Amino acid sequence: MSKGEIVLGCLAPHPPHVVYAENPEQNEAFAEGGWETLRWGYHRLARKLKKIDYDAMVIFTPHWQTYIGTHFLGLPKFQSKSVDPVFPNLFRYNYDISVDVDLAEEMKNEASEAGIITKMMRNPDFRVDYGTITSCHMLNPEWDKPIVTISSNRNAHYYSAEVMNEQAGALGEACAKAIENSGKKVVLISSHSLSHRHFVTESPLPEDMSKEHIYNHSQYVWDMKLVELMREGKMKEVVDIIPEFTEQTIAETEAGGLTWMMAAMGFPDFSAEIYGYQSVIGTGNLIAAWDPNSETREIVL
Amino acid sequence: MDEGPEILFGIYCPPHPQPLLSPDDNSGYRKLREGFELCKTRIEESGADIILVYSTTWPSIVGHQIQAHPNPTWTHVDDDFHYLGSMPYSFKIDTDFAEKYMECCKDRGLHSRTVAYDGFPIDTGSIVALKLLNPENKIPACIVSSNMYANRAETIVLGKAARDAIKYQKKKAVVVVVSSLSNRMFTEHINPSEDRIHSAKDDEWNKKILEFFDAGRLEDISQLSRDIHNQIRVSKVVAYKPAWWLAATMGQHNNYEGEVLAYEALHGSGGAVIMLTPSKESVGDKEFDEDDVEYYHGDRDVLSQGDI
Ligand SMILES: [Fe+2]
Repeated sequence: MSKGEIVLGCLAPHPPHVVYAENPEQNEAFAEGGWETLRWGYHRLARKLKKIDYDAMVIFTPHWQTYIGTHFLGLPKFQSKSVDPVFPNLFRYNYDISVDVDLAEEMKNEASEAGIITKMMRNPDFRVDYGTITSCHMLNPEWDKPIVTISSNRNAHYYSAEVMNEQAGALGEACAKAIENSGKKVVLISSHSLSHRHFVTESPLPEDMSKEHIYNHSQYVWDMKLVELMREGKMKEVVDIIPEFTEQTIAETEAGGLTWMMAAMGFPDFSAEIYGYQSVIGTGNLIAAWDPNSETREIVL
Repeated sequence: MDEGPEILFGIYCPPHPQPLLSPDDNSGYRKLREGFELCKTRIEESGADIILVYSTTWPSIVGHQIQAHPNPTWTHVDDDFHYLGSMPYSFKIDTDFAEKYMECCKDRGLHSRTVAYDGFPIDTGSIVALKLLNPENKIPACIVSSNMYANRAETIVLGKAARDAIKYQKKKAVVVVVSSLSNRMFTEHINPSEDRIHSAKDDEWNKKILEFFDAGRLEDISQLSRDIHNQIRVSKVVAYKPAWWLAATMGQHNNYEGEVLAYEALHGSGGAVIMLTPSKESVGDKEFDEDDVEYYHGDRDVLSQGDI
């Protein structure tokens, strides 16, 4: 068996607004559009993924929050409806998801061996979180590849963003090892926004783009600093400043996704592909990808 | 003096699913379960016509969300404790009250909305509370979320709005807060029979808070909220809000008969079932100078003022 590999890493924010604005048949709500900068960026990245040969998507989500270790989806099928607890007016999505349970178990075992507390989730009534669904829908609306969802352990709450960074990094390394041993080609997804201060009110028409802007300029400046470092291929530096970035912008990096993905990919020193940046209800959202193959790597934006 | 609404009593109870799903895994879980059951009997005997729940495990961002589906029905599974089993539920919600509560929030400057969607994910804490306190849906309920960004002023006003709604509709209400005391859990899986409070410090603080509850000093606990948050609350949110909401809803004083029905560990966190019944007998010994708030004016725009 040949060695498995990570064929692409994606930073894929999951405001349910982008799925809402697409009006897929799975979602009950209806929108008149909105957030095109993000959606069109997603479309382009989805087209790139169509050209990549891969077996599964592995996604790290902030919306399956666990305090007792890191959990992995551990049943082959999940079919239900996901209703966003914060934006139920926008997101009521009927899903039918296949899971690569073998890969999930291999990652779980490798993480356990590395000393990380882990658990397989095998309750058939469990609802898959909307972060997973939004990011995966936007990257692969056909849902024709199995996924693995990894929960986010809330080390940042219990200890500090520094501890979170260490733990998420260790988890990333363990997952990379498991992927290598699996012989599979895997796309990693880190599902989150950058700066993450929300407006606490919503306009009557949520997709009214005349109302959409970043919460404040400081959030924007921080987000742009990260984008600049990503363009320069300085991912080690990005991960090193994540604790400060997280604190200053209440960033959704607090869950550990970006650190996990970058550690799994060996902290890329090549440029990220930038697909779009836009605010959603005040938060800063970036779509980016890291392509380890220098022949297919592009300057997108 | 203000002719207040008729609030029969308040209940403070923990959000973890063990008392519902695995009460026999630890004698403490069983004691908590018995505490819930005693509250259930008291509610049934009280003549209450609404149970209003404020749940710390229902976070909201867009203002304050109020459950208004007449019959929310689903099978819920907890993010951490999924292996303990599923929680099927079917609740009876007082939709008229939900609408009135929302209006009362708006009248006091709060952004608020009702939610009534099939399949809306009701949180573990609300489910545990309503399934144990009102298992046959004898009394209609309502649930309000805990806004992630809300702090003292906003939460107190949210409690006062609940008071307005209860008074306006002339309800006899039981108000329930779903919250741990100390909320630090063990970060590894434990044998439930070996469960204990995470640290001696958490245990001491919990016991001090319980002394206050036992003496009926709810307003004192409300005033101590920031200290409690700093000392024994893992910072998932900006503040320890349930005491603010409960005190504001129940009338901001110390004249209650307090009963601590159980205090036990739940995977390391402090779980207590407490009843507070308005009385004329108990007496607090403190006065407070922190401003009381009637209307929420929003953020103070500190960031955009002064020289930067
Ligand atoms: Fe999120």
